[in-house]
Amino acid sequence: MSTLHTVNKSPFATQALVSCLNHAKAGDAVLMIEDGVYGGLGGTGLTEIMEEFGKNVSLYVLSPDLAARGLDPKRLIAGVEGVDYPGFVDLVAKHDRTQSWL
Amino acid sequence: MKIGVLVSEGPYTHQAVDSAYKFVTAAIAAGHEVPRVFFYHDGVNVATRLSVPPQDERNIQQNWTALAKEHNVDLVVCIAAAQRRGMLDANEAERQGKDANNIAEGFRISGLGQLIEMGIQTDRLVTFGD
Amino acid sequence: MSDVKKFLYVNRRAPYGTIYALESLEVVLIGAAFEQDVSLAFLDDGVFQLTKGQNTDGIGVKNFSPTFRALGDYDVQKLFVERESLEERGLSEDDLIEVVYEDEDDDWEEKPAIRVISRAEMADAMADADVVLSF
Repeated sequence: MSTLHTVNKSPFATQALVSCLNHAKAGDAVLMIEDGVYGGLGGTGLTEIMEEFGKNVSLYVLSPDLAARGLDPKRLIAGVEGVDYPGFVDLVAKHDRTQSWL
Repeated sequence: MKIGVLVSEGPYTHQAVDSAYKFVTAAIAAGHEVPRVFFYHDGVNVATRLSVPPQDERNIQQNWTALAKEHNVDLVVCIAAAQRRGMLDANEAERQGKDANNIAEGFRISGLGQLIEMGIQTDRLVTFGD
Repeated sequence: MSDVKKFLYVNRRAPYGTIYALESLEVVLIGAAFEQDVSLAFLDDGVFQLTKGQNTDGIGVKNFSPTFRALGDYDVQKLFVERESLEERGLSEDDLIEVVYEDEDDDWEEKPAIRVISRAEMADAMADADVVLSF
């Protein structure tokens, strides 16, 4: 049993991503969408924490949201994977429940 | 798989309803069933047929109406949230003594029980909000 | 009615600044009629929804805090409040309103519905739910 968590806020604006990661369990997935994709960037004040959580939790960003914001996938933290909308749907189907961190 | 969707923010200010639309379209294309989308909080404002966005922008309401028609998706607008925000269908407008109604084709107004029922009857529930 | 599912209502926002807390409570009240297994989670700023002494006279908005106390009458028996979220905000259990329910398995004894739990226990509650509704 596992959960797909979605986060749609920049971690530099709200606690949503950090709170999500603090409640995610090993084997869960976190998909960053909308302004949440900023959480996937490397070289930020949060990168180290993200890398640590990434050991137990699969981290994804929604690629169309990344592209819309002019962010090159090369800037993502190592291990953060880009998915498109069909990939988002697959993640929802694959995990037992979806929890949105609004 | 049956996937229910909850939309909690209104159109144009927040990306939530655009994300929900892209998600529902992709889910249906992947062979999943999306029996219902429930609109709550400011999400109810998606259902107004009086919105007139600039021609070169997406028309959020019309996109949903077309999607509902093509794929038989039940678009439910929460009645309590709708009434607070001035969203009325013809029946409600008459019942409340109002001189206009604004609910677009493909949407219907109903109670919060429809959200709970969606949670019971679907395999997954995905929320888009802000 | 199909099988009973575990519904978890997740509240992470403070009351009054936005309508989410009130409209979340409205879902809980309606949902109570569906005889599902219902739990409420309060974490992050959501813990502010349960503080004592709310008085909205000066802001022109309805005080819905008393409605939480009625939840027991709707047979809502589990209000999980995260201890770490309380502590980070300088709050303790004493700052929270009382919500009780009558336990039908224990001669209808009144029992507290609010349970202060750790962050790890909150994560367990989330992972135990079938349907998570976030407000």
